Order: sequence, then structure tokens, then C-alpha cells
Amino acid sequence: MSGSQFGFFGTDPWWMVILKAVVIFGMLVVITLFTIWWERRVVSRMQNRIGPNRVGPAGLLQSLMDGFKLAFKEEIIPKSAHVAVYWIAPVISATAAFLAFAVIPFGPIVSIFGVETPLQLTDFPVSVLYVLGIASIGVYGLVLAGWSSGSTYPLLGGLRSTAQVISYEIAMGLSFVAVFLFAGSMSTSQIIAQQEPIWFAVILLPSFLIYVTSMVGETNRAPFDLPEAEGELVGGFHTEYSSLKFAMFFLAEYINMVTVSALATTLFLGGWLAPWPLSLWDSANTGWWPVLWWLLKVQLFIFMFIWLRATLPRLRYDQFMKFGWKVLIPASLGWIFIVAIARVFRNDFSFTNQQLLFTGAAAIAVLLIGSWLLQIRSDRKQESLEEELEAESNAPFDPMAGGHPVPPMPGQIFPYTPRRVLAEQSVAGGVSLSDKDTNAIEETPNA
Amino acid sequence: MTIDGELVVFIICGGLTVIGALGMVLSRKAVHSALFIAMVMINLAILYVANSAPFLGMVQIIVYTGAVMMLFLFVLMVVGVDSSDSLIETIRGQRLFGILFGVALAVLLAGGIGTALTDKGDVGLDAANQEFGGNVEGIANLIFSDFLFAFQATAALLITAGLGAVILTHREAWKPKVTQKELSVARFMVGAGHPGNKPNPGVYARHNAVNTPAILPDGSLSLDSVPEPVRSRDDSLIIDHRVVSTVVELVEGEDQN
Repeated sequence: MSGSQFGFFGTDPWWMVILKAVVIFGMLVVITLFTIWWERRVVSRMQNRIGPNRVGPAGLLQSLMDGFKLAFKEEIIPKSAHVAVYWIAPVISATAAFLAFAVIPFGPIVSIFGVETPLQLTDFPVSVLYVLGIASIGVYGLVLAGWSSGSTYPLLGGLRSTAQVISYEIAMGLSFVAVFLFAGSMSTSQIIAQQEPIWFAVILLPSFLIYVTSMVGETNRAPFDLPEAEGELVGGFHTEYSSLKFAMFFLAEYINMVTVSALATTLFLGGWLAPWPLSLWDSANTGWWPVLWWLLKVQLFIFMFIWLRATLPRLRYDQFMKFGWKVLIPASLGWIFIVAIARVFRNDFSFTNQQLLFTGAAAIAVLLIGSWLLQIRSDRKQESLEEELEAESNAPFDPMAGGHPVPPMPGQIFPYTPRRVLAEQSVAGGVSLSDKDTNAIEETPNA
Repeated sequence: MTIDGELVVFIICGGLTVIGALGMVLSRKAVHSALFIAMVMINLAILYVANSAPFLGMVQIIVYTGAVMMLFLFVLMVVGVDSSDSLIETIRGQRLFGILFGVALAVLLAGGIGTALTDKGDVGLDAANQEFGGNVEGIANLIFSDFLFAFQATAALLITAGLGAVILTHREAWKPKVTQKELSVARFMVGAGHPGNKPNPGVYARHNAVNTPAILPDGSLSLDSVPEPVRSRDDSLIIDHRVVSTVVELVEGEDQN
């Protein structure tokens, strides 16, 4: 990769690369253990319980102990499983989860053992796309787990997972576009650098909201946890998994949660940049302090995940798909359209912000009035259409309407079939439906 | 030739690509084939990145591995996971023509790549990447200037194909769809039957076997609680009221003691 553009990246000594990779790995595992405990405690508080408080101070070691227990449990592999794929699936999930973190920045350039280096494993011109790509590989884990278990519920879970990832990845990718337009780059470190005066969450609020929604869909967390809906599919894709393999899915889910939170922080909340009142302090964005700001922002998102889980019921599957395809994706496209137009006006016609705002307001007003007029027209059309349909279905059934043999319209009844007449004769004292049928027969001249 | 990083990457990923491609052709199960293609795609993407085309590599993973292969898997799972293709020729002479065209394509490719390798030295992408200040910028400049028409035409074609698929699968709705609300109102209408779950067998009964009908609060039996197959085999264990009263007597007798 071009070294000139990315200054410090790609120039680390080999031991620094290994050190960073190991530290990131360890940090992710520790964050996972912490998040499980944190989630259980927060959900408990929200449900008027206390939650795990026995193992270690305030129950902090509970998830570590649970992890040990999970790893040492007996492993059961179903007879009908496709063993090779069954083995690979959790490995794909967990590996992909760890890989995505390679491009997430935790802080600015610091000095580690006398070497100046950024607090980020690596970065390259398309690192946000890299995270998207790795996320889409990670989903293979879930889908293959569902398929290879050789069981019905996991298969349904895997199926849901494929449909979910296809629809939510589009909305997610589209929400990045506005950020790329503003940052002029797809590398994580440059995107953060572009948010120095003001975060993208403020200027690109719709993109931020769409990303936050689709990231919940992407991580299969409540209320979008359809692939593992325990009320419907037992455990979904991981129903047949036990012991360490199940633990790997568990780990992957929590790391994914941290990854999407970190990506949201990077793209919209200014990454490691200090939040407003703190940013007045001169050295807030230097040294090791930014790691703390980063961690707090990521925790904010994780708390949101937990809060959502404790609050919202699971969506029905068709509602969920409809929401993705008919709300999130069109809204994203419309928003990108607006952003692109605004950029062109600013860059090519050198509009000021004020001029842009007025032009935008005028355009929106025109659009609103236009759509209102169109709505009135289409409503009228719809009404006349419905009346026509109603008149048609009230008319007696004409089997050769328009010169072709046609089936009856809804509400019309096919006048005469020998079998129905026989059936009606055999039923003594018919119910309301058959009464209607006989009327229809009497009314129709053809019979 | 010196051994550098790119060569190592090429040997590993190239080998895996060939294995994946062979596996895709040779495996019997459709899902295994799909997996092998995904492996080929990922390895190709790594090769692109190693050859200073990171954008192409990432888009390859997102579009082909993430979307296209995922759709494939989806369809495979819907159609039936264990269905394997029959090996009977349906079009006469298909195998012969297949081999013929396959060999022709191989010759063409070998010739093309051979001349490309011998006639021209390797230039690499570095100069092209530097021209507009980066790989992504370079691609953007080409797509939105020289290749704008081709790019837009491809987009229009894809949209048309998508629309065609939607129209082909579209069904006119004859009646308004029944909503969840209407369904649950209908559940509680008079004559709609039991609105909630039926009682479990063995509730308040002497026994919790599946063929023991639940006893309702007034002491009568609820035959609804016994599953239909058991009922139609006449296997339900109907408990005599006298037996129940005996039980009650026994329990009361115990209480008095």
C-alpha cells in the first residue's frame, strides 16, 4: 500500500505488530467477559433483580467461571450433522469477529517502548469496506452452522440469517456512503481526522440513525434476534451446538457487538476524539487519554444494545424484512441523494451553508406540496378503482366475460358444479355459507 | 526471482484458489460447491489486495462472497439442502459440446495470458495508483469519466433484471391480507372454538400420562386435553368419577389423621 498517504501505517517493526495484535486479542476477550457480566447486571436492574453478585467483587468473575464451565462441558455432535462443515462453522464465526478489529483506531500516535506508532493495528484506503467484508464472511458461520446441524430449527435459523444479512448489509453499506462523501476517504484513521471540528453524527444524523438500526440487525441482537429466536426456534442456528463450539458462537456474538459499536464510534462519534466539554482541554486528544474516550463511547453503544434487549419485544419475521427493505433502504437512498446534491452545490457552485439551507428548505416545500397533490390524485383514482371492483364483484358471475372463459371474481360464486349440488343435497339443514350458494344458483340464469 | 512477501502470498492463495475451484467442480453436494466458490472468491480478493488493488479485493468479498454466494446458499436451503443434481444428460450432446467449448476456452485463455506474459513486462499498479493520489481515487476517475456509459448501462441492466424477477414472481392480491389483529379478533368470536391453548393432559388428574384427560375445576373431564391421535385410537384413559371421589376420600382421610 502507498506508504506516503498513510504515514505511520506499515512502518511498524515486526514485534510491534505482534504486540498490537496480541493486545487487541486480549482486550476483545476481556471486553467480552465484562460485557456479559455488565449485560446481566443491567438487565437485572431493569427487571428489579440484582443479577450475578457472588463470584469475585460484584460478581465480576461470573462470566469467566461460566466460560470455564462451558468449555469443559461434554460435547454432543448430532448423528445427522455434516461433520466437516459443523466443525468449520464456529471457527469462521469467531475468526471473522476478531479479524474485523484490525482496522479500528483506539487513539492517536503514541510512543510505545520508544517507537512512535498509532494505536491501531493497521489501516488502508478501504478499511471500512474491509470491516463490511469481514462481517459478511462472519455470517457464513451462522448459515453453515444452521445447515450442517442436520436439524430443522437450526436450518430455519440459518435461512433467516441469510435473508437478514442480505437486507441489513445493504442499509448498513448505504449509511456509510454519506460519511465517505464527507470524509473523502474510506480509511478509519482519516475519517476520524475529518471529524475534528464536528462529529458526523451531528451533520449526518439520518445516516447515523440508519446505521445504528442496521447494526442491531447485523449482530442478531434483540429486537432483531430472529436467527436465534428462542421462543420460536429453540436456539436457532446454534441449537445443536454445545461445549466449546457453542462458546465460540457466544464469543463471536459479543465481539461483533463491540466491533459494530467501535465502527459506529469511528464513523459517527469521532472515534477517539474527546467529546465537547473535554475537548476544550488542550491535551485531551494527545497521549493515552483518547483510549478512555474511545472506550466510553463504545460502552455507550453497548449499553444501548443492553437497554434495547431489556425493552423491546422481538419483531415478527415479515415485519422485520419489510422494515429493512421498505423503510431503511429507501430512506438511505433518499438521504444519500440529498447529501450528494448538497455537496455538488457547495463544491461546484460554491454555495454558503446559509444559501444551502434556504435552497434545501424551498426544495423540500416544493416536494411536499407536489407529493400532497399527487397523493390526492392517486387517492381519487384508487377510490374509483375500488368502486369499479366492487361493482364488478357484486355483478352476477359471467363465465365468458370479455370473450374468454374466466374464473369468478372475489365475492362471486361459481354458479353450478355437479359435485357441489350433490354435496348440498347430502348435508341436512345447511349452514349460512351453503344457503348463500343455493341463492347464487337460483339467481344465475345459466344454472 | 527473489522470495518476497507477494510471492509467498501468491503461492498460498493461488494454491488454495485452485483447490477451491477443483472442489467446487468435483463435490457432489450443492452446499459444498457453494462453500468452495466462496473460498475461491476470498483467495482471489487477497491476491487483488496483494497486487495493490485493495478496492477491487474488498468489493469482491462484499459483493460476491457476502451477497451473491449468500443468495445462492439461501436458494439452496429453500430448494432442499440434500438434493444433488442428477447426472443424466437432458440436452442431447450436452457433454460433448461442454468438453469442446471448455477445451476451446482453455486454449484461448492460455494463448491470451501467454502472450500477455511474454510480450509485455509487468508494470504493476503503483504508477496508476499514484496518478490520482490513490487506488480508490484512480478507479473513481476512470468509472466516472471514460467508462461512465458502460457503468451506467450495467447498472440499468441489473436494475432491469431485478425488476423482471420481481414482476415474474408478483401475484395480484385478490383479497386484502388478513392482519394479525383480525386473526386474533376472529379467534375470540362466538363459534370459533377454543381461543387459547388447550389444557395439558393430566392437569389435576391422578396421572400425568399423555392419555389422561385433564380434570376441569368442576370435576368433569376435558377430552380436548388429549391429543387427537390418542383420542382417535380410543386410547384415552377415562377416569371414573367414583375413582376420583375415592381419591378425595383418601386424601381427606389422611388430613384427619
